[in-house]
Amino acid sequence: MSEPLGISRADVAHLAGLARIDLSDAELDHLATELPSILEYVAAVQQAVGDDVEAMSHPVPVNNVFREDVVRPSLTQDEALAMAPASDQGRFGVPKILGEE
Amino acid sequence: MTETLVPFDEAIERYDPVMGLEIHIELNTATKMFCGCPTEFGAEPNTQTCPVCLALPGALPVVNAKAVESAIRMGLALNCEIAEWCRFARKNYFYPDMPKNFQTSQYDEPIAFDGFVEVEVDGETYRIEIERAHMEEDTGKSLHVGGSTGRIHGADYSLVDYNRAGIPLIEIVTRTIEVPADKAPAVARAYVSYVRDLIGGLGVSDVRMDQGSLRADVNLSLKPKGSDTLGTRSETKNVNSFRSVERAVRYEVSRHAGILDEGGKVVQETRHFHEDTGTTSSGREKSDADDYRYFPEPDLAPVSPSREWVEELRETLPEPPAVRRARLQADWGFSDLDMRDTIGAGALDLIVATVEAGTTPQAAKKWWLGEMARRANETGSDLDALGITPTQVAEIQALIDSGRINDKLARSVFDGVIAGEGTPEEVIVGRSLEVVSDDGALGAAVDRAIEGDPDAAQKIRDGNLGVAGALIGAVMKEMRGQADAGRVRELILEKLT
Amino acid sequence: MSTRLSANEMAQALAGRELSSAELTTSHLDRIAAVDGALHAFLHVDAEGALATAADIDARRAKGEKLHALAGVPIAVKDIVATIGLPTTCGSAILDGWIPPYDATITQRIKAAGLPILGKTNMDEFAMGSSTEHSAYGPTFNPWDTTRSPGGSGGGSAAAVAAFEAPLAIGTDTGGSIRQPGALTGTVGVKPTYGGVSRYGLVALASSLDQAGPVTRSVLDAALLHELIGGHDPCDSTSIDEAVPAVVAAARKADVKGLKVGIITELGGEGFQPGVRARFDEAVALLTGAGAEVVEVSLPSLEHALAAYYLVMPSEASSNLARFDAMRYGVRVPPAGADDPSAEQVMASSRDAGFGDEVKRRIILGTYALSSGYYDAYYGSAQKVRTLIASDFAAAFAKVDVLVSPTSPTTAFELGAKLDDPLSMYLQDVATIPANLVGIPGLSLPIGLADEDGLPVGLQFLAPQKADDRLYNAGAALERLLEEKWGGQLLAQAPELEAAR
Repeated sequence: MSEPLGISRADVAHLAGLARIDLSDAELDHLATELPSILEYVAAVQQAVGDDVEAMSHPVPVNNVFREDVVRPSLTQDEALAMAPASDQGRFGVPKILGEE
Repeated sequence: MTETLVPFDEAIERYDPVMGLEIHIELNTATKMFCGCPTEFGAEPNTQTCPVCLALPGALPVVNAKAVESAIRMGLALNCEIAEWCRFARKNYFYPDMPKNFQTSQYDEPIAFDGFVEVEVDGETYRIEIERAHMEEDTGKSLHVGGSTGRIHGADYSLVDYNRAGIPLIEIVTRTIEVPADKAPAVARAYVSYVRDLIGGLGVSDVRMDQGSLRADVNLSLKPKGSDTLGTRSETKNVNSFRSVERAVRYEVSRHAGILDEGGKVVQETRHFHEDTGTTSSGREKSDADDYRYFPEPDLAPVSPSREWVEELRETLPEPPAVRRARLQADWGFSDLDMRDTIGAGALDLIVATVEAGTTPQAAKKWWLGEMARRANETGSDLDALGITPTQVAEIQALIDSGRINDKLARSVFDGVIAGEGTPEEVIVGRSLEVVSDDGALGAAVDRAIEGDPDAAQKIRDGNLGVAGALIGAVMKEMRGQADAGRVRELILEKLT
Repeated sequence: MSTRLSANEMAQALAGRELSSAELTTSHLDRIAAVDGALHAFLHVDAEGALATAADIDARRAKGEKLHALAGVPIAVKDIVATIGLPTTCGSAILDGWIPPYDATITQRIKAAGLPILGKTNMDEFAMGSSTEHSAYGPTFNPWDTTRSPGGSGGGSAAAVAAFEAPLAIGTDTGGSIRQPGALTGTVGVKPTYGGVSRYGLVALASSLDQAGPVTRSVLDAALLHELIGGHDPCDSTSIDEAVPAVVAAARKADVKGLKVGIITELGGEGFQPGVRARFDEAVALLTGAGAEVVEVSLPSLEHALAAYYLVMPSEASSNLARFDAMRYGVRVPPAGADDPSAEQVMASSRDAGFGDEVKRRIILGTYALSSGYYDAYYGSAQKVRTLIASDFAAAFAKVDVLVSPTSPTTAFELGAKLDDPLSMYLQDVATIPANLVGIPGLSLPIGLADEDGLPVGLQFLAPQKADDRLYNAGAALERLLEEKWGGQLLAQAPELEAAR
């Protein structure tokens, strides 16, 4: 029933890219051998449910939890930047950003 | 890379453009979408942030009620259905100006959907279908330091200000728009202009394209005439004025046609529009990496607006634009053509405000569609970005009506106000523009004119008043236009009849 | 030996001026200094801050100020809870040295009530684990046998309370991280109803599963702490806007006469250690003897609970942990050998360097489960399984007031025993996970020692959402029956730890 659970080393590398983790070769090898058995285990959920079952995103249902549009104190600039690895001119310093603006 | 551009008129002989427009509107709520930080523009960097909008570990979002209210009102104004129940979702991707590395947005459950608006271009009405309007949040702003160009490529490092991160946005997405090819650029512009007026009328946003509180993205693809095959689309961002919307459509049509004519393939990518050149340049290529892994946001409760609330909000909507236009046209006594020109120029609300400030509709139209439209055209800006307000136009017209200046001097007053020389009053003083209505000075000039043209004077004495114009002209010439023409005429007639 | 008192007894001694908070806090700091070298329950001890709070409470008490019942009773806080001025690392290298500029709501409530915060307790990195071995700062050791794990992720809080380093501690429970360490260390741990305790300021593992709760040595102490930290918080959109159930009154009532108790068929058979099953059966017999009506109920969909959990949890975690990118906070580690790296590269290298293996494993798994083309099959199906499990529970609670099962299939295991086998580690939580999936409350309490290894065994009560008081009534009743049998607390049987020189 279930689709083949092959998850290749290349798949793991792709996922690591999506998750922004620069996995080492050894880590890729390790995960590529380990993940299939975990996936095989969790894939059982596909057989457990039919289309008529509703998905649960919130275990205790509540709707319409809102906040009034009233300003609350922000952090000071110093507090905001206190834990930054780098900062300059009141801003967070980050390495050059590639890609779109 | 050089691009072959096919002139627009030629391109549309072979291809039909298929457009989609996305408009992001920044709401003018006092606080951000999910936290109580203020939203004021122009604050010192990182002074309007908190654990929530900086995505500090452990912080949790809470939805701003006013933002939901604004979203529902916008949805209703766009003739949308309002969801009975909808959720926020996380759009997962990494970017340094997005603190959580996911954007809290709405995915398959937008708050508003299935709407439409009708826009008019050259007397034709086009129906634009609205697929959805959904709530989301803005990102921070990066400043790029170093590098040769100062632009993002080649920057040595970036500095990020998160004051804007988390400001509520509403994204309005159209279904594909297919209109006669030659009308496509104008329809796109008219749509954005229409939405600006509509949302502005709701009072939920500043809708300033120049300040980024209204941002338009133009998605465009071409299909060969007579074909049903959709082409690959480009997504042009950074389109920051109505005029640019039109130009971006024209440019992309030309560019796509150039690629297709040569048998090439359009790349699916983000493109940036450049105001200065009217061209677009390649941004980021769309790829498999655009896997946003949407899932319902577990940290936020679903939004389920009661039908009573929705109906209450419907009651707060201003008159629908079509009804309003019909009413204004009747009130003002404008012809259909007048009205079309007014709307086409984006001058409707400007004329409304000018009339409210005391000017007659005809005079307001004359200035906005004449003098102001000419200047906007020359500088490539929108009418409302010229640097002169409806109140100022009304003040200048009042000065004309009172006889202190005339139409000719008024043009100089407009120049002064736009140049930042102060209020109309200050400009008149600064430029010494006041008309002369002092009988002493005018009387002497009238005497000289009578002496200079005895034939005309005699004809007037004989009852041929039509000749008075010649003498008035002579006086005006001598006074360098700064004479009160009405008073001059009176003086001539007093002296000769 | 003031550290041996229950929190309730300490509170009474403080109120009766038999003891000052300064003395009590000092005793606990001394105890930490003596035994934590052997346990490593704490990542950070804040002697100065704790003593300052204690002095303040003593002064206010001397002035006759009306104080919270627990004012002056020290507490340990899991390192996943944001505390202004105190490091909050979540057991991760990526947050090494991070000091929050804000307090979690529960931290605010603890401070407002005047409980001296002794320090921050060790945990599996970002609460991912069942042994506390996945802490970047080294494991915590079980006070019953320091070659064994105290369970996890909240092994630090459980060990601290079991070893009398603190009378009270805060834990968080995403799939059993309060209850399973409770079982493995002979302590009491409660996961309240989802939304019963604010999550604001708890570093999120899985948003729809996480819940903070008390870690204590008695059911009444747990109720007192639950009442303190529970209740509505406008900063948490999923917080329940209702009064906290009357948990303290329930713990004092402690009467199971006529209570309908259901034994969960699916939890307690195969895979459960004989000593665990034996103690469980005896405990159930005690309940029957005290007048409870015990029946067996089946919840067939529990078969899929663990699989669903290992999809939902990593999926939400992969997104929740995206913010740890070393741009605004956290340890920035540029890639080796890259000249002038981009932000993208620095994010990826920092996340590789800053996250441990288990965290990376779960992020990759979660990324997979959410990725396009797999969402419906994995994440979507798992969320549907939650609905099935919820209806099974609803049917069960239509028949019984509370459900019971062993908390954990085994007693404390040897350190390192499960590290190389993620699935066997995951199975540790098979009995605790269902409550998280459907948001119901659960309480674990010690019910004796397994014959085969002499280590503590825990029993778990489960109740419907918002009926947390039922747990405390039943738990306190069973606790009293057991302590009558034992002639005192189970922890009195724990070996005395060798004090550090």
